[in-house]
Amino acid sequence: MWNTLSRMLRTGLLTEPLPKLSEARSVVEGLPLEPMQQNLLNILGRALCIRHVDAGSCNGCELEIQALGNPYYNIEGVGIKFVASPRHADLLLVTGPVSVNMEEALRRTYEAMPEPKLVIALGDCGACGAAFGSSYASRGGVSNAIPVDKTVAGCPPSPPEILRAILDLIRPAADEV
Amino acid sequence: MSAITIVRQLSEVVLAIAIAPLFGGWIAQCRAWLQSRTAPPLIQPYRMLRKLFHKDAALATTASPLFRMTPYILFGTMVLAAAIIPSIATDLTFARAADAIALIGLFATARVFQSLAAMDIGTAFGSMGARRDMMIGFLAEPALLMVLFNAFLLSGSTALPSVVDVRTMHSFFVDPSLLFAAIAFLMVLLAENARIPIDNPATHLELTMIHEAMALEYSARHLALLEWAANLKLFNYACIGFALFLPWGIATQGRDGGVALAVAVGALLVKLVLAGAVLALIEALSAKLRIFRAPEYLAISFLLAVLGLLVHLLLEA
Repeated sequence: MWNTLSRMLRTGLLTEPLPKLSEARSVVEGLPLEPMQQNLLNILGRALCIRHVDAGSCNGCELEIQALGNPYYNIEGVGIKFVASPRHADLLLVTGPVSVNMEEALRRTYEAMPEPKLVIALGDCGACGAAFGSSYASRGGVSNAIPVDKTVAGCPPSPPEILRAILDLIRPAADEV
Repeated sequence: MSAITIVRQLSEVVLAIAIAPLFGGWIAQCRAWLQSRTAPPLIQPYRMLRKLFHKDAALATTASPLFRMTPYILFGTMVLAAAIIPSIATDLTFARAADAIALIGLFATARVFQSLAAMDIGTAFGSMGARRDMMIGFLAEPALLMVLFNAFLLSGSTALPSVVDVRTMHSFFVDPSLLFAAIAFLMVLLAENARIPIDNPATHLELTMIHEAMALEYSARHLALLEWAANLKLFNYACIGFALFLPWGIATQGRDGGVALAVAVGALLVKLVLAGAVLALIEALSAKLRIFRAPEYLAISFLLAVLGLLVHLLLEA
């Protein structure tokens, strides 16, 4: 126990600075955000709860999502946390190309979330189906099953890329991170 | 009942409601530092509450009125409990109406409603959480009662304010029986507030959760009230601990003017800061027990409290 404690005290803070956010984050389809949307994101983005759904992923993205929780990337430090129920969530993080067997589960999870809600499709599979494409077993991308607000490319995307995508979506431009 | 008594009572309740989330945030911050990570700001729990109150509630189609009522009942019982516990002053209107045994009954009422609401929707995890919580509850309650009996024997009364009044009369006097009781109380506090080693407040794994499993179906304002009630419960337990074991600083009967109240608030804040750091340290240094070890853990707590009683009867009576 004393060893654990002294190691804790010797280690110090390990969290890395946040990734730089993109300039265009306050713009949706070329238009700046309405004040009301800004206001909403201000409330939502300061205490975001994420529900992650694996819709047929290879678990590559899951490893990167897992890494977001460690002390280096430390997603909880910016006020974002993963939750165990879609009822608690504001953002649905979907990985995988949406296999036909997971489609119904994904849609129900989306419907169980209280408004206002956001969806991020993670990885090349979630964005467009990637190698799996659209077939008898795959829907070829999350947007074919539920509405998607943002996609993150990469196979798998790195933790800073995921963090930047989430922050781009929820932090209005006027806001210092 | 004078106007000043009502003001005192009101300020105590408002203070409890206002700083209970802050106490939770402080523990989370200490825990984050011990895990070598930067912590979210202290006001993060308030941001979470604000967000939840802004969202639309999504209810299951099978939800009965009981399910909707429970967050309000839970919040109400915890506020009432905060009114009974002498956290800053002992001359309280509510505290005279209800003693510590009624207080435990109040906590039990909250538990029953939360368990019923968890089973109401009919999901597997909800009823599993309810069953586990009931198991922890029926083992923790006698241990808590035994701890309180220790203090009752010393003060000759079952009301918490008179316990505080009697204890503060002997300045900085530590009773051997209360040492046992204090350890037992700390164990009960950890078990009752869903903390490591009984439950992990940071877990997302449905199979291991107890408290959160009961709240899985709640959203928006209902969830906000449940979280606030959970924070208030922890705050209340901390204040019971302060009243029994560290009563110094609380404004006692006859010495409760404005200055004494200000001192009491300051003392309460200092105690909360220290208690939060200690709780975070315990959590960082211990692992979660298997659920089947929980009865042994709570039996040890009960045993320590009984030992305290025996020590009192053998050495001091």
